[in-house]
Amino acid sequence: MLSIKNLRVSINNKEILRGINLEVKPGEVHAIMGPNGTGKSTLASVIAGRDIFEVTEGEILYKGKNLLEMPIEDRASEGIFLGFQYPVEIPGVSITNFMRTAVNEQRKYRGLDPMPANEFLAKMEAKKNLLEIHAKLANRSVNEGFSGGEKKKNEIFQMAMLEPALAILDETDSGLDIDALKIVANGVNKLRRPDNAFVVITHYQRLLEYIVPDIVHVLFDGRIVRSGGKELAIELEEKGYEWIRAELV
Amino acid sequence: MDGTIVANYNIKDTLLGLWDDNSARICMNDSARIKELRKESIRIFAQKGFPNTKQEKWRNTDLSKMLNHPYNFPLEPDLENVDLNEVFRCDVPGFETYMVAQYNGWFIDRGNQLKQAAEGVIVCSLAEAFVKYPRLIEDAFGKYAPVADNSLTALNTAFARDGVFIYVPDNTDVAETVQMVNLINATDGVFLQTRNLVVIGQNSVLRLVQCDDSIDDHIGFINSVTEVVLADNARLDHYKLQNKNDRSALINNIYFHVGAGANLSTNAISLNGGLIRNEANVTLNGRGGHADILGVYLMDRNQHIDNQVFVDHAQPDCTSNELFKGILDDHASGVFNGHILVRPDAQRTNAYQNNKNILISDKAVIDTKPFLEIYADDVKCSHGATVGQLDSEAMFYLRSRGISMENARMLLMYAFAAEIVNKISIPQLQLRIDDLVKKRLRGELSVCDQCVLHCNAKEQKVAFEIDMSKI
Repeated sequence: MLSIKNLRVSINNKEILRGINLEVKPGEVHAIMGPNGTGKSTLASVIAGRDIFEVTEGEILYKGKNLLEMPIEDRASEGIFLGFQYPVEIPGVSITNFMRTAVNEQRKYRGLDPMPANEFLAKMEAKKNLLEIHAKLANRSVNEGFSGGEKKKNEIFQMAMLEPALAILDETDSGLDIDALKIVANGVNKLRRPDNAFVVITHYQRLLEYIVPDIVHVLFDGRIVRSGGKELAIELEEKGYEWIRAELV
Repeated sequence: MDGTIVANYNIKDTLLGLWDDNSARICMNDSARIKELRKESIRIFAQKGFPNTKQEKWRNTDLSKMLNHPYNFPLEPDLENVDLNEVFRCDVPGFETYMVAQYNGWFIDRGNQLKQAAEGVIVCSLAEAFVKYPRLIEDAFGKYAPVADNSLTALNTAFARDGVFIYVPDNTDVAETVQMVNLINATDGVFLQTRNLVVIGQNSVLRLVQCDDSIDDHIGFINSVTEVVLADNARLDHYKLQNKNDRSALINNIYFHVGAGANLSTNAISLNGGLIRNEANVTLNGRGGHADILGVYLMDRNQHIDNQVFVDHAQPDCTSNELFKGILDDHASGVFNGHILVRPDAQRTNAYQNNKNILISDKAVIDTKPFLEIYADDVKCSHGATVGQLDSEAMFYLRSRGISMENARMLLMYAFAAEIVNKISIPQLQLRIDDLVKKRLRGELSVCDQCVLHCNAKEQKVAFEIDMSKI
C-alpha cells in the first residue's frame, strides 16, 4: 500500500530524513518510535504533503502512484489521513461544516454525489457513539478553545468520518491522560480492518499497550535503524533510547 | 435636465458658480438659521476646497482622479426615465422592510405607508420635511454635522436638498425595519449631495438598513451626510450595505449623537466600490451610552476602502466597541483610522478598538492607524491592529482533509468575515448578507443590476461547495 524508498528530506538545507525505507501493507499497524528530533513528524508531514520540506532523493509510492507529485487534497481523497500532533484551531468554521465539506469533496474526487444532510448527520452521530465521544462537537469551531485531549479526540473523530485507507497518527498520545488515551486507542482498534493500515508515531511505549502493532520501527537520526515485532517496543522501554545509540556507535 | 451644469474640470469653481446662480432656489424653504448655515458652509468649502493627500486624514485616499470628471449636478429631480416598477422590485424577499428609495439622490414617493404612521412615526423625503415639519428640521438639521473642519460635509450642507427624513417620537418601537435604497443611474455621471436626518425619541427603537447601489457601470460621485440623533435610552440598529461599481466614489459621513443610556449599533458592509470612504463620527453625549461600531470590507481589483471612525467619549460611564475586518485582494487598498477621544469628564470609560486585515495578494495594501487620546484617568481602553495572510498551517490542515485549495481559502476567508456578519441582529438580514458575502468571495457578486439585497432573490440560495448553512 505504502512503499517508501531511500527518502531523503531537508528543510532549510538541513537534512532531516537520511534515507528512509518503509513498506506498509493493508491490515498492518506500524509503530514508529524514537527520541525527539529524529524526524518522526517530518516523515508524517511529507507523506501528507506539507510543502515546507524539500525531498532531495527517493520516492514514495502509494497504491502504486507517485505520492510526491500529488496535491495535498488529492492524497487525502486517495485515502491518506494525518492525525496532527498539534491540531490547528480554525475559528469561525464549525466542525459540522468542516467535515461535511471534507467528506463531500472526497466523494466528488471519487465521482460520487454529495452525501445528503440527514445521512451525514446520522453518520456523525454513529461515529461519535462508536468512539464514545460525548462532547457536543457539531456547532463548535474546529479545535477552538479545545483542551489537548479534546483536540486529539477530534482528530480520531475526523479519521472515523473520512475512513482513510492509510492513517498516520503523529504523537496522538502526547499530552493525553489515561482516559483520553484509551478513547484514542479504542478508536483505532475499532476502525482497524483488513483493508486499511495505520502508522502510529509515538515517543512512548504506553500507547502500544492499547494499540498492538504488527511491526515496530526505531527512527534515529533520520534513519530507521531497527525494525521488529511488538517486543521491540518493550525492549526499548526497558533499556531506553541510549541502548540504540550505544549500539550504533 | 433643469439646473444642470457640466464642469470644465475645475469642479470646485463649477460648484461655487452653481451656488451663486442657484442659492435662492436651494434656500427656498430654509429657516433663517439654516440659510445662514448654508452660507457659512459654502464659505468654508470655498476656502478649503476638496480634501487632498497633503492632509493627514486624507493621506492615503486620493480623490483627485474621481474629481477630474465633468459631472452633472442635478438640482431638481429627473424622474422621467424612472421605471418605478423596477425600483419596487427591490423589496427583500422573506424580509419585511419598509423601503424608501432615492433615485439619483432624489426621494421617490412610492405611495407606501408606514404601519406606525398614525403613532407619529415619520419616514419621508427630506425636501418634504422642510415644508411639512419645519420645527423638527429646525431642531436638528445641521446641528450634529459640524462644517468647520470637514469641507465635504460643508459642501453637502450648502447644497443638500433631498434625502430621507426619519422621525420616531418618544416611547415608540418601530416594528418595520426601514430600508433606504440609494440607486444611481445616469449615463453622464452625477455628483450628488444626499442628506439624511434621523431623529429617534427617548426610549424608542429603530432598525435601519442603508443600501448604496449602482444600477449600471457609469461614473458617479456621492457625497452623503447623515445626521442621527438618539435621545436618552433610544436604540438604533444601523446597517450600511455598499455595492457600488468600480467607477464610483462614495463618501459617507455619518454623525451619531448618542444620548444617556442610548444604544447604537452600526455595521458597515462594503462589498464593492471604486472608492468608498466611510466616516463614522460617534458622540457619546450622555451617561451610560453605548456604541458598537462594526465593519467588514471585501475589496479587490483596484478598489479602495477607507474607514474613519471617531468616537468621542464626552460623558462618564459610556462604552464603545469597534471592530473592523477586511480582506483585500489584487491591487485593492484600504485605510482604517480609529480615533478614540476620552474627555476629562468621561470617567469610567470603556473603549475597545480593533482592525484585522487579510491581504490575499502581495500588491494589496492596508494602512491602519489606531489613535487613542485620553484625558480622564479612570479609563479602560485597548486597541489593536493585525495584517496577515491566510494562515498556512490552517490551509494545510484543511487540505489534508481533502478540501481543495480554492475552497480552503474561501472557507478561511468566510470564517474571517463571519465574525462581523454573525453580529447582525436581524436574522433575515443576517442570512441575506451571509449569502452576499459568500457570493462576493466566490467572485460571483459584481455590481448588481438592482438593489444589492435583491440581486440574487430570484436565484437559488447560494450553493456553496462549502455549505455553511446551519444543519
